[in-house]
Amino acid sequence: MEKQSIEQLQKIATQLRRDVLRMVHAVQSGHPGAPLGCAEFFVALYFDQLRHNTDFKMDGKGEDLFFLSNGHLSAGWYSVLARSGYFPVEELKTFRKLNSRLQGHPATEEHLPGVRIASGSLGQGLSVALGAAQAKKIDGDDKLVYVMMGDGELQEGQVWEAAMYAAHYGVDNLIATVDFNGQQIDGPTREIMGLRSLRDKFEAFGWEVMETPNGNDMESVLIGLEKAKNLTREGKPVMNLLHTEMGYGVDFMVGTHKWHGSPPNDEQLAKALAQLEETLGDY
Amino acid sequence: MSLDLKYTYTEKKDTRSGFGDGFLEAGRRNPNVVGLCADLIGSLKMGDFQKEFPERFFQTGIAEANMIGLSAGLALGGKIPFAGTFANFATGRVYDQIRQSVAYSEKNVKICASHAGLTLGEDGATHQILEDLGMMKMLPNMTVINPCDYNQTKAATLAIAEYEGPVYLRFGRPSWPIFTPADQKFEIGKAWKMIDGKDVTIFATGHLVWEAVVAEAMLREEGIYAEVINIHTIKPLDEEAILESVKKTGCAVSAEEHQINGGLGDSIAQTLTRNHPAPLEYVGVNDSFGESGTPAQLLEKYGLNAENIVKAAKKALARK
Repeated sequence: MEKQSIEQLQKIATQLRRDVLRMVHAVQSGHPGAPLGCAEFFVALYFDQLRHNTDFKMDGKGEDLFFLSNGHLSAGWYSVLARSGYFPVEELKTFRKLNSRLQGHPATEEHLPGVRIASGSLGQGLSVALGAAQAKKIDGDDKLVYVMMGDGELQEGQVWEAAMYAAHYGVDNLIATVDFNGQQIDGPTREIMGLRSLRDKFEAFGWEVMETPNGNDMESVLIGLEKAKNLTREGKPVMNLLHTEMGYGVDFMVGTHKWHGSPPNDEQLAKALAQLEETLGDY
Repeated sequence: MSLDLKYTYTEKKDTRSGFGDGFLEAGRRNPNVVGLCADLIGSLKMGDFQKEFPERFFQTGIAEANMIGLSAGLALGGKIPFAGTFANFATGRVYDQIRQSVAYSEKNVKICASHAGLTLGEDGATHQILEDLGMMKMLPNMTVINPCDYNQTKAATLAIAEYEGPVYLRFGRPSWPIFTPADQKFEIGKAWKMIDGKDVTIFATGHLVWEAVVAEAMLREEGIYAEVINIHTIKPLDEEAILESVKKTGCAVSAEEHQINGGLGDSIAQTLTRNHPAPLEYVGVNDSFGESGTPAQLLEKYGLNAENIVKAAKKALARK
């Protein structure tokens, strides 16, 4: 894939936001808030960072792999997969409908290209990514494994089992990103179950921790991912704390948990789309 | 009184050793076979593999959920992971991880579960899982296997390494008679008729296959000819073999070291109800937890031995 300018990448991210809103609106279900906040990350990863083939193979040998542990961001992930060539963009209109490959949460049973594991029940993706990273090490494969988790997801105990394992085995071909938006379905994370310092926690577990201070600025996200890549192969797993705002890009959705799992109605959709330019053509 | 047994033994050994030896052999045959264990390498007999293939073995510490996820990740990368721990921690503790990351995701993970059932013995009910077969057989895409002795467990371990798909392999702790041949071919999903009979069929799995062999000899002394079928694969169930036998004998007994609810007997009952209704008596644990004791004491107290299979067979016969 040709390198794209920051402006071009930003245009794709804007289109991804339109896709997400139109997808959840069409079926009046799904999770718009977090994928709006992760649009820059998804686009930077798939259009700039990943060394991957859109001719999908499950084992991903010789490729960088990405796992979405917080599977409820499916609308955003499906959009970036389609827009980067894994499957036809038109298929986005089947999201969450009967007989679709685009299940409410990502799944492999329908063989959707780009998806290697089911996710949705939280806390499992880091373990899976570590297994895939270990397989690459056994094979002498020099590519990387990426995984994204939500910040609320870190309340699951399995994440910390995996965090301990990653450092113990020095799984340094792995970059974990936390979508650090401070929100979860019932409210702000600090009220629901405070995470305190994620940097301190992961450092104490033996990780190399870095932060992307503005996860909704394409340049900042690109710099962050580049930095994360440069920290790999140094004996430690890498944690990228990606500071984002849930619902970013739509003025009445930004910074609140209220759009975590609620779709916009017709009027709200029109109002939101008016703030997001149709850059690549709607599906 | 000495019984005229159709199968005899000269040696006893634990089924977990059959797993450990089969696992080592599978590792020698296929470089993609890898192992994981949650701090029970000695108990699972995985140490020889770890010693021979240290780069293909992952001690995960006491963290079973992570172990299942790691296995799914290794499997999608083309490896054949054997994840070992006690049956209790390999199922109930990690049910959602198995459901989402392994079964639903169709990952080629072998969940290797030792110390299943009452015969775990003195450790007591916290560790004596009696619900694992039910939990595992309910999962779509999951194959469920419960071999009966050292040789069959070793053969099953080699067979699942060659099979593509999620498998739950259940075995145990106690020293147990080795009464099946060392050179047996293990066919997943294919029941094994061990003894021909005409009056009643005994369908047994795991350690209770031996009890069924003993029960057959006891019944024969009273002029009752029982057919003994070794159901090593609970899922997929060999319905053809079950129906063929019950059509001949007209009644049956199921015998398993598991809750009656959700176990092998339940699967057989479904098969019979749909195709050929016939009396079926259950030998299993009847809606209770276990307790501390020796394996023999526990099998007797909870009614899981040859004497109880004989009683159940007579009851089934009387209902014909």
